[in-house]
Amino acid sequence: MSAMQDMMAAVEPQIPGLRRYARALTHDVSSADDLVQDCLERVVSRWSQRRSDGDVKSWLFAILHNLAVSQFRQVKRRGAHVAIDDANEDAFARAPSQEDGMRHRELVARLDALPDDQRDVILLVTVEGLSYAEAARVLDIPVGTVMSRLSRGRERLLRSITADEPAHPVTYLRSVK
Amino acid sequence: MTARPISEDDLQAYVDDALPDDRRRYVSAYLAANPDVADRVRRLSEQRDQLREAYAPVLREPVPPELNLGRIVAARRQPRFASWRSVAAAVALLALGGGGGWIGRGLTQPTATGVTALALEASQSFTTYASDHGRPVELRAADSAELVAWMSKRLNAKVTAPDLTASGYRFMGGRIVPTAHGPAGMFMYDDDRGQRLVMLMRPMASSGDAPMSEHEIGRIGGVAWARAGMGYSLVGDAAPKDIHPLADVIRDQTPKI
Repeated sequence: MSAMQDMMAAVEPQIPGLRRYARALTHDVSSADDLVQDCLERVVSRWSQRRSDGDVKSWLFAILHNLAVSQFRQVKRRGAHVAIDDANEDAFARAPSQEDGMRHRELVARLDALPDDQRDVILLVTVEGLSYAEAARVLDIPVGTVMSRLSRGRERLLRSITADEPAHPVTYLRSVK
Repeated sequence: MTARPISEDDLQAYVDDALPDDRRRYVSAYLAANPDVADRVRRLSEQRDQLREAYAPVLREPVPPELNLGRIVAARRQPRFASWRSVAAAVALLALGGGGGWIGRGLTQPTATGVTALALEASQSFTTYASDHGRPVELRAADSAELVAWMSKRLNAKVTAPDLTASGYRFMGGRIVPTAHGPAGMFMYDDDRGQRLVMLMRPMASSGDAPMSEHEIGRIGGVAWARAGMGYSLVGDAAPKDIHPLADVIRDQTPKI
């Protein structure tokens, strides 16, 4: 196979996941797809410079993540701000039932309220199914940091969702890392 | 034999089904004996499933035509007018940023314009060479002795290639590039994600120092400064504030006098 065919075979199956991660970060269909398009253009132009020992999936997500971060930073610098309420209603397609749809929207909103670094780890590990090592490569942080952000983010999400329920002490184990 | 105590990491990995079989059995046994922890792990697992469900619909959508990889590959094979357009846009932006236009300022304020002009030249070099896959540099890092000798001769100064290894950037090589102010030395670096950086250096008209200034031309950010009559600009596809620490590393390696 040519290098181009190798690239197509490795990258194409990841596009739906890249779209999902971009959508989760932006909450907007068209800006998410713009990000993915930008990402794919870089992937095509940099394929030959990719380190052959690195895995494709974390390389792709790293490029996308970095693009998203730098774009948001530029938006912040210009002072623009999009409230979650203004974000595209259809950013996430309808769930099978009304009840599921509400629960899902609630969950998405709660996840989005977490600090970015905890939200990103939860998305990569839980939703995109990356291993801890892959997520660490995407975010360019040690695996131990992935673990602690994951643990803290999940706990916080759990508490924010069950906030109405009577608070009960959580049996929380210390990380040995 | 005593097994390692159960850690928070074990519980997270249990939720993610990322434990080796024997460890998983060990954690399962622990959870059976500790209903409080088991309850928390169960709720974390439910949360994980719900998150996956909430975001799953995107995966089922057909991929839109602009994300068709075959098209993106084909578009790249077209003549690359786009990069020329971006250089033109860069010139226009810089002219706007300078208020009265950078050429006009150059005639009256040689020092300020010196670094500003250098920033533009570095951005142009980046646009032209960093996107080049076949031959981004003329002499590769393996020939750095030859490269440095060549540059020292053309720039009439002792040149060394700055080392960014500690910051995660590998030296790729470099070349001499033309500028309106004479030949300049270009060094290129990349990190393990293929992100490239270009550093351009050339003697300045004035012999002094110029403080580090951040610049952004189109998508290309950078930091430019002068030290002991030599001008430097480090540019890349990143925000200037992210390039600044790398520029600091380079400045610390360049001669003060």
